[in-house]
Amino acid sequence: MKLNANIPSGPLVEKWTRHKHEVRLVSPANKRKFEIIVVGTGLAGASAAASLAELGYSVKCFCVQDSPRRAHSVAAQGGINAAKNYRNDGDNVYRLFYDTLKGGDFRARESNVYRLAEVSVKVIDQAVAQGVPFAREYSGYLATRSFGGAQVSRTFYARGQTGQQLLLGAYQALLHQVTLGAAKVFPRHEMMELIVVNGHAKGIVVRDLVSGKISSITADAVVLATGGYGNVFYLSTSGGASNVSASWRAHRRGALFANPCFTQIHPTCIPVSGDYQCKLTLMSESLRNDGRVWVPKSAADKRAPDQIPDSDRDYYLERIYPAYGNLVPRDIASRAAKRVCDENRGVGPGGRGVFLDFRDAIKRLGEGTVRERYGNLFDMYHEITAENAYKTPMRIYPAVHYAMGGLWVDYNLMSNLPGLFVVGEANFSDHGANRLGASALMQGLSDGYFILPYTIGHYLAQSQVKRPAADAAEAKQAEQEASQRLGKLLSIRGGRTPVDFHKQLGKILWDHCGMERNEAGLRKARQAIAALREEYWQNVTVPGSHDDLNMALERACRVGDFLELGELMCLDALERHESCGCHFRSEFQTPEGECLRNDGEYAHVAAWEFAGAGNAPVLHKEPLVYEEAHLAQRSYK
Amino acid sequence: MKVTVCVWRQKNARSEGRFVEYTVNDASPDMSFLEMLDVLNERLIRGGDEPIHFDSDCREGICGMCSCVINGKAHGPERKVTTCQTYMRSFKDGDTLTVEPFRAKAFPVVKDLVVDRSAFDRIIQTGGFISVNTGSAPEANTVPISKYHSDLAMDAAACIGCGACVAACKNASASLFVAAKVAHLNLLPQGKPEKDPRVLDMVEAMTAEGFGACSVTGSCEAVCPKGIPTSFISRMNNDFLTAALKLRAHSKRV
Repeated sequence: MKLNANIPSGPLVEKWTRHKHEVRLVSPANKRKFEIIVVGTGLAGASAAASLAELGYSVKCFCVQDSPRRAHSVAAQGGINAAKNYRNDGDNVYRLFYDTLKGGDFRARESNVYRLAEVSVKVIDQAVAQGVPFAREYSGYLATRSFGGAQVSRTFYARGQTGQQLLLGAYQALLHQVTLGAAKVFPRHEMMELIVVNGHAKGIVVRDLVSGKISSITADAVVLATGGYGNVFYLSTSGGASNVSASWRAHRRGALFANPCFTQIHPTCIPVSGDYQCKLTLMSESLRNDGRVWVPKSAADKRAPDQIPDSDRDYYLERIYPAYGNLVPRDIASRAAKRVCDENRGVGPGGRGVFLDFRDAIKRLGEGTVRERYGNLFDMYHEITAENAYKTPMRIYPAVHYAMGGLWVDYNLMSNLPGLFVVGEANFSDHGANRLGASALMQGLSDGYFILPYTIGHYLAQSQVKRPAADAAEAKQAEQEASQRLGKLLSIRGGRTPVDFHKQLGKILWDHCGMERNEAGLRKARQAIAALREEYWQNVTVPGSHDDLNMALERACRVGDFLELGELMCLDALERHESCGCHFRSEFQTPEGECLRNDGEYAHVAAWEFAGAGNAPVLHKEPLVYEEAHLAQRSYK
Repeated sequence: MKVTVCVWRQKNARSEGRFVEYTVNDASPDMSFLEMLDVLNERLIRGGDEPIHFDSDCREGICGMCSCVINGKAHGPERKVTTCQTYMRSFKDGDTLTVEPFRAKAFPVVKDLVVDRSAFDRIIQTGGFISVNTGSAPEANTVPISKYHSDLAMDAAACIGCGACVAACKNASASLFVAAKVAHLNLLPQGKPEKDPRVLDMVEAMTAEGFGACSVTGSCEAVCPKGIPTSFISRMNNDFLTAALKLRAHSKRV
């Protein structure tokens, strides 16, 4: 298989404009004849579904939550980047492009990243027109703030609820289309299989989670907007329903999975407090604008934080990275926190935590201003820890947050299976080996509002494979496989719960495929996961039946897929003999302990092909060619 | 800590429900209430029983999916939090916790503590949006909006659509939910062109879905996890009257 990214020719800055001119169009009269399925209603899915329906396509949209408004994009706190340069601080499309590419440690596709930066400005316009109440200055104009990995202030925000507000904008646009009859939404429905006809994606098998009924929905194209797979680690900042199953089912039907080992560990989360926890809570990166990160200089220093004078504190990010200080990118901040904790200088129960201190900000700005900027985050911290962060520093520790890896897509956001489009976090395309803060919202909405609506028409206008009937052989076959899997899970009646297996998988991955990786650990993890997966299919227990709301069964299906993904992540991490962004292999580091890339051999996307159960996956490489950017070693000093 | 949980169990919308009592011996004050239910559910599954079904997703108070009434209060005893942000430290060792679904005619029970809140989506469909198609937006800073109005709109937009306001109201009114969306959009210049039909259509939809009317008890504000004030209901009533006087009949836009 030869991977063709279909990058348009011409200079970087002209590619998207030129491409928009060259893509085929579907006439207005023909658009309504095309059925498009969108799976997922987060920022990417809702914005895509709304925009496609506005264009005249017939859209069916599915989500597992009880309402499209609850997709996990809702939880994004900090903000959304855009190269508006409202601050006159030197920002522009090129700088946003370069920051994003460099932030990703030069493992993203250059043309996609440039387009993302270019489109970003329109996303803000669209959101404002929809009524997204972004923060404003007293003048009435839009406010911005700074975020990690950038030296300009280009992040737009709506208090600490930017994701919620942007999602409500997209959700409302989608429901408007429902009112107009152009879109239909199916909540509490889960995609079980992808229907592939002659190599083209032409529908999905869904399970109505309330009635348990399994049915086939066929279409002319399928859009997956099903988010990231961070929950493979069990503990992550993702919502409970976030999973890899839609992507994984597509992968098993032929879609390549790219860079699965690129998972982001976010530096500012509330530390783990007990074994009963099912998730971790993020404290927005925006806090690093005003909060200072430190630990005691001496491991023996057990004084209360307010008793430790500045001279005995180690503001380690400011010390090691004076140019960016507390605003270094996430991967760097996370590793630095891990290191000081490994030196036994961590704080709080178990010593896995560092302080994020607002003392100086409160002194400088007053408590009122700090409350206005971050009040809801301080409240959230208080609910969870019962501590008042206005008086005593927050304790934070890194946690799994985002998946840069995902299904492989070309420049048109189409996977190697024609007719299967993948948008938002579910694809791999724009963030390389590390995503910068406030870039996920930008990417999800750019894909959905401004990229997919152009590129999907190009496929529909020329596809020779017609939409099959819902009872086509391929659909029936996929339905049967889905039913068999459910039946199997219900029939095992073993001794361990799906959650129990999930926890164990998460621990293996966190220990060996987390913030720091090495060959021996990854090999061990692969074996351990394979053994765990084998046990799973013999010893899991799932009560209840398949024809009813059965959350244990839903969980069991998802954990089954996570067990397969986990092994692929380890294999991918093992194959990449370099360190880049989030992927830190201890064998490959600079004398200062930073990532040591190997551009000669690893400047490529690793795209994995499913080769059948029990067979080794096949690796395909998409070389990353940089026409414009100079591959430099990332330095934030 | 040890607690007794008295939970509403109901197989599906068609069957009758009843309370079932469980004892949890190994709860910790630092556990969230839902984590305590998770621990109990693990035990039930291991024993071959169906777990207690409840909705939850983000577990950080923003998605609006969780929806329990604990000891008679929607989202439990603490103010301005969701069920998932309720921690066991809010209860005492030896307490009995009575756990029910949100109850309202317009929120039929799906199973155990899970209810169907799709009525909220249908209300939004009638006017809870600004009809701007992708691509037609002007440059974002073209229209300045006073910080006061923008902040006020944000206060209203903070609604997470959980439905606690309905569960707490003796009339099962959705006025706070509807008012928050009406205020969010009507306060902004972008929302002005559709201001009148929006409020008329959304209020009509609320009634049609089987929600009751507001009798100003304020119980909705008391349980709202986002602290959305009832002053938005006054604002909605004001907008409604103005619109009704201007437009004789309710305006259907589609």
